[in-house]
Amino acid sequence: MLRIENLHARVEGKEILKGLTLTVNPGEVHAIMGPNGAGKSTLGNVLSGRDGYEVTAGTVSFNGIDLLALEPEARAAAGVFLAFQYPVEIPGVNNTYFLRAALNAQRKARGEKELDSMQFLKLVREKLKVMQISDELLHRAVNEGFSGGEKKRNEIFQMAVLEPTLAILDETDSGLDIDALKQVAQGVNAQRSPERSFLVVTHYQRLLDYIEPDFVHVLADGRIVESGDKTLALKLEEHGYAWVREHGEPAGATA
Amino acid sequence: MSQPAPFVDALRATPLPASGIEWLDALRRENLDAFVAAGLPETRMEAWKYTALRALGQRRFVAGDAQAATHAVDSAIFALPGVDGPRLVFVNGVFRADLSALDTLPAGLTLQPLSQALRQDAEPLRFVLSRNEAEPGDAFVRLNAAFAADGVVLKLAAGAKPVAPVHLVFLGAPAEGELAWHLRNLVELGEGAELTLVEHHATSGEQQHLATVVNDIVLRDGAVLRQVVLQQAATGSSLVRRSKLQLGKQAQATAHVLELGGALARHDLRAELAGDGARFATRGVFMPRGRQHIDTQLAIRHRALNTASDSVWRGVADQRGRGVFRGAILVAPGADGGDASLSNKNLLLSPSAEIDTKPELEIHADEVKAAHGATVGQLDERALFYLRSRGIPLAEARALLTAAFCRAVLDDLPNAALREHLAALLAVELPA
Repeated sequence: MLRIENLHARVEGKEILKGLTLTVNPGEVHAIMGPNGAGKSTLGNVLSGRDGYEVTAGTVSFNGIDLLALEPEARAAAGVFLAFQYPVEIPGVNNTYFLRAALNAQRKARGEKELDSMQFLKLVREKLKVMQISDELLHRAVNEGFSGGEKKRNEIFQMAVLEPTLAILDETDSGLDIDALKQVAQGVNAQRSPERSFLVVTHYQRLLDYIEPDFVHVLADGRIVESGDKTLALKLEEHGYAWVREHGEPAGATA
Repeated sequence: MSQPAPFVDALRATPLPASGIEWLDALRRENLDAFVAAGLPETRMEAWKYTALRALGQRRFVAGDAQAATHAVDSAIFALPGVDGPRLVFVNGVFRADLSALDTLPAGLTLQPLSQALRQDAEPLRFVLSRNEAEPGDAFVRLNAAFAADGVVLKLAAGAKPVAPVHLVFLGAPAEGELAWHLRNLVELGEGAELTLVEHHATSGEQQHLATVVNDIVLRDGAVLRQVVLQQAATGSSLVRRSKLQLGKQAQATAHVLELGGALARHDLRAELAGDGARFATRGVFMPRGRQHIDTQLAIRHRALNTASDSVWRGVADQRGRGVFRGAILVAPGADGGDASLSNKNLLLSPSAEIDTKPELEIHADEVKAAHGATVGQLDERALFYLRSRGIPLAEARALLTAAFCRAVLDDLPNAALREHLAALLAVELPA
């Protein structure tokens, strides 16, 4: 589904990703861990097409298409979703209106029929149940005045409505207390399916107690330096990221 | 003194309207002389600092459109949802009974064209027309006083509260030459009277006329005025307006203003909070695009106890559009307990667009609450990316954010049908 090969990317002239290679198959959950400054957020931003991230080498193929050639909105329509580390507040834009505009823009781009307001409302009601979000949030402006937990839940709620095939969660656990974290994780787990893949970018192992990954990768200095199953996350938790640097070679064998 | 300009020469050579009323003809002559002597304002005057009239000064406008009374006008041009009450329509400055709706006026409402009121009995209008309030730089007020032969006379009796809004329509239409036309509107709301008044500038075909409109609005004690101004003049036309509101005790006025049209549009909006407890709120959007120049000058004077004013204005400039906003609030000595707030936020959608904004606050009283702020910025890149990352195409995302930026201006407009229409109009007019 997603094949990243030898990806190099620069931000403000500084090389952040230095040859990242990763393959994600349908239905898999991959956790990307790493110390601050390793390039974790850069990966999410490059994949979703944010301005200011310059790809200098490498390729990203998503279901056979060249993802990097697409505008951000086309990537979304192709099935890529980024849950932001810092969801943006947009005063004056109603949350429901925004979400319907987004869904219909994607449907239109895919040549599907747009949903009318009744159909959309029905869909939203179904998804609200899953996310345990009060419908009061729907009537407010996008993320405006939301608590940290509400913002993150709103991200996952958007994901539920937009139904991407690849969801990138960028430090979704940051700034959440344990209850909010559990709720968010529950929302994510409810959306796991054989067709949907996840890239879970996180600094801490904590989130992975609730969203169980199939694979864990350690990103350091712009490259994946270690890959393994979920036990790798526990090792990191125990030994810290310095351990990876000393340890060097692929994990698994040395446990 | 400014050098003789074709603009002034042409008007000096234009015959003044003859009313046959001695004091009025003398007044017109006097104002024309004052206008000719002073010429057009120059940019060294504070009030005209950002609006240069050099190009206008080179143009010669003619007076009088022989076809004004007979131009075919499609009434769909000025139809507005939620606005279906009495209506007065002027085409190129000439009253059009055939397009107006004055047959069934609600109780307490007097509404007629100024020309008619003058013919019937000019004397009651003598005081208000003679009141000379031209300040330095008010050349257009002089010009208007010299040439305005028509306009609106609206009087609402004490306690009258007609439900339907009154619709004043000012249309420009193509003519032989480039016209200068002038209208003077006199509005008076009696004690405790309430009215919704829609001032609507529109166009029935592209033209490059100059129009001046002077509004003189008086609210007696406890009167309530809900004013909506929709300015959609022809993109080649010049429109200079001066509105003066005088508010008595506990009087309340709100003005929702959309400034969309005109090549050069200048609006001076002045409010005198003269009675204790008077309240004035303005909400406005100005949106210069192409090569449009839209200049709004807001002057609010708190002159009595416990008066309140609240102004929220948004500017959106695209292409080579130029916006000017000045919000001057004065709290006079003795006007204690006042509350004045003003916010003007502006959005530049192109590198060649420009907006000059200047809030001014002058407080000479005690226990005054005052807040003002102005910003000029661009669309939030983070918000744009957020919308796009959800699948919303760039142009749509820009339009969505720009509309959101202007939303606060219409939120509290009580006429829902009109509010929705104006919001939709903004969405259409917004540069994508």
